[in-house]
Amino acid sequence: MVQGSLNMVGYGLSAVGPGIGVGIVFAAFINGVARQPEARGQLQTIAFIGFALSEALAIIGLVLAFAI
Amino acid sequence: MISSVWPQVPPVPPSPPAPPAEGFKPPGTSDFDIPPIFEGVPVLEWFDKPTLQLILAALIVFGFFALATKAPSIVPGRLQFLAEKFQGLVRDQIARDNIGPEFRKYVPYLVTLFAFLLVNNVFGIFPFVQFPTFAHPGMAYALAAVTWIIFNYVGLRKHGALDYLKLQTWPPGVPWAVRIILTPIEFISNFILRPVTLSLRLFGNMFAGHLLLLLFVFGAEYMLTTADSIVLNVLSPFAFLFAIVMTFFEAFVQVVQAYIFTILTASYIGASLAEEH
Repeated sequence: MVQGSLNMVGYGLSAVGPGIGVGIVFAAFINGVARQPEARGQLQTIAFIGFALSEALAIIGLVLAFAI
Repeated sequence: MISSVWPQVPPVPPSPPAPPAEGFKPPGTSDFDIPPIFEGVPVLEWFDKPTLQLILAALIVFGFFALATKAPSIVPGRLQFLAEKFQGLVRDQIARDNIGPEFRKYVPYLVTLFAFLLVNNVFGIFPFVQFPTFAHPGMAYALAAVTWIIFNYVGLRKHGALDYLKLQTWPPGVPWAVRIILTPIEFISNFILRPVTLSLRLFGNMFAGHLLLLLFVFGAEYMLTTADSIVLNVLSPFAFLFAIVMTFFEAFVQVVQAYIFTILTASYIGASLAEEH
């Protein structure tokens, strides 16, 4: 007998999208630094903003999974 | 009738439901309800551990910077060097890159914000405190509200109400058919979703991280002490070990979240100050 909330299964599924998004952001960051190491500082800022924006979806999903 | 054909059977009383097995109860949101410190005292009911941590963090940040800059010298001592490095990091990597030429005014707020968030987040893994303050969403809402007020005030003062609204919701070079959809989206995204995501991101990360640590530690404890199976008993040290690994991961996440909150604040201020393009 498995107990628990189905919300968590839904949240796990919905976390796939932001996961892929964060992966793409950092892959692009690594590519950029590999091509042009001196641009690292600027790229890092942009990469973290992009990371935060795509991660927001996962976080909203987490909050809703507990709230509803 | 049927009852006359078959012998009457007295109805079986429903058997009482079996008592629930002594299973593992996973940690949940109820583990975040911390009772107030002064239980029953009428005025101080609101005062609980996270509030205390908030005040403590403010004192730590103030004390650190006051101590570090008490007797500033050209050749900095250890504390002064640390404070200068910290301020330099925020000024060069966060403020200058995101805000633009007028970044200097906003450096003090950003430095304070970063230091305050850092202390509060690291409370999550600090021995004897071990509760991230922003795992209670109310605290995060307040910080996001401050950021929201600042970037709106700055934009309104620089551009005036109409131009500021135009800057935020009227991206240039868009065909009118798209604009009907785009302008409401931009409005919602810039004025409503920005503070919501800013606070929920901080809260969600701290909440999820703390829950993860609770899960591993409680799970390991259950496997070691309560579980009947010898396999679980043997495996429990690995769960403890993984809890330690996750603690290091949490340390990383906490620093990154403090950084992201600061960098997004700077980026929003920069977007409000931007010239029309």
